Amino acid sequence: MILEKQNTYRAAFKAAFPHTIPVLTGYLFIGIAFGVMFADKGYNFIWAGVMSLLVYAGSGQYLAVNFFDPSVSLLQVVFLTFMVNIRHIFYGLSLLDKFKVSGKKKPYMIFSLTDETYSLYFLTKTPPNVDEGKFLFAIALLDQSYWILGSIIGAVAGTLIPFDSTGIDFAMTALFIVIFVEQWLEKKNRFPAVVGVVTTIISLLVFGRENFVLPAMIAIMTVLLGKNRMDNKKGAKDNE
Amino acid sequence: MNNLPVSFQHSVIIIVLVAVTTFATRVIPFILFPSGKKVPKTVEQLGKVLPPAVIGMLVIYCLKSVSPLTYPFGLPELIAGLLVVILHVLKRNNLLSIGVGTVVYMVLVQTVFA
Repeated sequence: MILEKQNTYRAAFKAAFPHTIPVLTGYLFIGIAFGVMFADKGYNFIWAGVMSLLVYAGSGQYLAVNFFDPSVSLLQVVFLTFMVNIRHIFYGLSLLDKFKVSGKKKPYMIFSLTDETYSLYFLTKTPPNVDEGKFLFAIALLDQSYWILGSIIGAVAGTLIPFDSTGIDFAMTALFIVIFVEQWLEKKNRFPAVVGVVTTIISLLVFGRENFVLPAMIAIMTVLLGKNRMDNKKGAKDNE
Repeated sequence: MNNLPVSFQHSVIIIVLVAVTTFATRVIPFILFPSGKKVPKTVEQLGKVLPPAVIGMLVIYCLKSVSPLTYPFGLPELIAGLLVVILHVLKRNNLLSIGVGTVVYMVLVQTVFA
């Protein structure tokens, strides 16, 4: 019985691994960048590893590096973290059904819901001979292990080999550009993608660097809901 | 350990707060719509179109510190960003696009536009 169970997990990890290779490469890179930046602030690899274990958020942890400063209040920490991660709410909304198979693993599945893991869930199909709950869990766990490994490597390298890391945070920008291009090439998501870029630029110009995220989010939701309503009306008219 | 920018305790509190807040953003939908409860149609539709819009927002978010009117006029970001786009359209390889883009950006800001 135990052997059979091990085999199933083994099969799940074996089936999941090839799908996670793009995330492996991406996470090692941006994880290393996070570790280097954190080490630059004075935090060694243990701190970086613990943070990647407990928090596990790319842009969230990049942003969080700035929180380790006497000028930043704890209220700001919570508010800014919430704002930068607020998009995750919408990821969960589209996974309500899919995670029903996860059982006891569900809390971890929710905890580990990053941009990249989320996109893998929709890019990959569970092989027929593998349990879906275990397969999704394998993707989640492998992805986080890459992230922790990357941040530890980065922190060790940043402590041992002092080098000019100026500009290494561009890895995050590059990652989002890559996800953006992937979505753009899929075509169906072009309208919301353009809305996201344009409203954010306008919001940035109007409200400035410090305050533009919340207005941008509200504007994006308003435009997309408005478009939905128009489409629904149009659909209703076409049916008449 | 004594060269931390803030105290040990304060550092631990920051990490815990970031962890709890991040988890909150991920768990909210599952609390609002527990298994078996019907998701409103508007929310369902919004959930489908929001991710690409948010990624677009995040690209701009990452570039918020760029000043197009003063030296170096956002040129390092523009060059490296375009390189990422071109490489990715041609090769569709995450590591290549992110790796080359980041290294080129670092060289640009540390030497060419230093």
